[in-house]
Amino acid sequence: MSVDAATVKRVAHLARIKIDDDRSAVMAEELSKILGWVEMLGEVNTDGVEPLAAVIPNTLRWREDVVTDGGIQDKVLSNAPKAEYGFFAVPKVIE
Amino acid sequence: MTALTDLTLAAMRDGLRKKDFSAKELAEAHVKAVEAARVLNAFTVETPELALKAAEAADAALAKGEAKPLSGIPLGIKDLFATEGVQSAAASNILKGFKPPYESTVSGKLFADGAGMLGKLNMDEFAMGSSNETSAFGTVINPWRGKGNESLVPGGSSGGSSAAVAARLVAGATGTDTGGSIRQPAAFTGISGIKPTYGRCSRWGIVAFASSLDQAGPMARDVRDCAILLKSMCGFDPKDSTSLDLPVPDFEAALTGDMKGKRVGIPKEYTVDGIPAEIEALWKKGADMLRDAGAEIVDISLPHTKYALPTYYIIAPAEASSNLARYDGVRYGLRETPEGGSLIDMYEATRSAGFGAEVQRRILIGTYVLSAGYYDAYYLKAQKVRALIQRDFMQAFERCDVILAPTAPSAAFGIGANVDDPIAMYLNDVFCVPASLAGLPAMSVPGGLSNDGLPLGLQIIGKPLDEEGVLNAGYAIEQAAGFSARPEAWW
Repeated sequence: MSVDAATVKRVAHLARIKIDDDRSAVMAEELSKILGWVEMLGEVNTDGVEPLAAVIPNTLRWREDVVTDGGIQDKVLSNAPKAEYGFFAVPKVIE
Repeated sequence: MTALTDLTLAAMRDGLRKKDFSAKELAEAHVKAVEAARVLNAFTVETPELALKAAEAADAALAKGEAKPLSGIPLGIKDLFATEGVQSAAASNILKGFKPPYESTVSGKLFADGAGMLGKLNMDEFAMGSSNETSAFGTVINPWRGKGNESLVPGGSSGGSSAAVAARLVAGATGTDTGGSIRQPAAFTGISGIKPTYGRCSRWGIVAFASSLDQAGPMARDVRDCAILLKSMCGFDPKDSTSLDLPVPDFEAALTGDMKGKRVGIPKEYTVDGIPAEIEALWKKGADMLRDAGAEIVDISLPHTKYALPTYYIIAPAEASSNLARYDGVRYGLRETPEGGSLIDMYEATRSAGFGAEVQRRILIGTYVLSAGYYDAYYLKAQKVRALIQRDFMQAFERCDVILAPTAPSAAFGIGANVDDPIAMYLNDVFCVPASLAGLPAMSVPGGLSNDGLPLGLQIIGKPLDEEGVLNAGYAIEQAAGFSARPEAWW
């Protein structure tokens, strides 16, 4: 699979990473190489094979539906690039 | 008298109990060693005050005869682990300055058992790399030197951990292994390291890379030291839904070196093109060592081996692209706000400035293979091949108890040697990735030296939950190999 610079731009936007035009061309070449390489999986017959998501069998556990944490607003905000009035602050999102 | 930093962790533990030296003396010797080795760039943060504080507590406990398993043992913690109040940046610009208000389960268990922390260890950014060259804190230098005094990489991603252990800066270190990040750097620096079965160590508080693969494990001078650390690191944690609720064995007690009645499998598919003759020779020698220790050597087949790396390079980036979505400049870490820009502009600028080239590459691959129209062809296909790779191992384990293989296809290489070709770099993990995909316990132990005098590792892969069998086979090799080479202190 060959990826062009426009596709890289589109994927980069999906991933919320700004990519300049000169870099998107380089990235297109690199991604094409890697995707070309992984395409060898097409050789493998996987008919009837269940996809593996959890490698070691384990069942999800239940727990009591109780509050186990909280009251740590200061700690939660302590690493925020910008915090105001006890909230995370971000650029305006509503016009 | 041997320098305190030259002792194994087990010897430190025993010496502390016999009052041969104090925990304070031990910590001070290590703090001095760390300061003297800054040129290796193994640490992202040094925390001598924490090491000395733990030593004080250890000396008090030792005096009262209440020593804990790791009382007074000074460790290094990989920067991927959240450590309370101490910068935990995953060696990325996007997390520089992040001081977690909480402690990861694994580091917390080590400290609860009495260990102290000398500092945070450098690594590849977000554990993505095999040479420690993608770190935002700079490349780590391998304490071993190449021909003509060439500077070598320490392996990766746990390259700060491997360098610090090999240079005797720490008694032991934590590592994490997603596709070889404990075993390959251990091999490159002549030390031991084990990745336990997926689920043995809690992932809580470890910066997530590829959640279905990530496992923590110890890196140390020898197999016994790994066994001691592993016991403290393992155990059920309700905060990690994939944590296994099982008792933790006494790994150290499993070390007998006796391989009688054990069958060791040699996978024929691990003979790959271009692998140096000296690595093939070492592999054969390793089989001889285990045979001499009483094991029976059997040929096995893992037919899907050659598909493991491409499978990994779909699954790991896919999971990474999802995990790393959280770094958005809102709650922690870096924020870049373009003048007059929107929230989306802030996200994009922050992530572009904060992530390094390799991390961006993997996020883009992951986003691509998960995007509409490609999900089935790439991600689902990879998950199916992953099932076949695991099936290969389960079938092989009907014929053998452990598998012996090389750890890496080469000795440590020069800094900059592979940075321009991502696929060449990925091939470093060709022998490590299959066991990761199958969630199996696997370790690397030093087996000998290359023609250039550099350490080479042998890898033992075990059945699920058979860390004891893996460690004991590693111990048998260690005893037979008598590996005592160490880098000369040039720093």
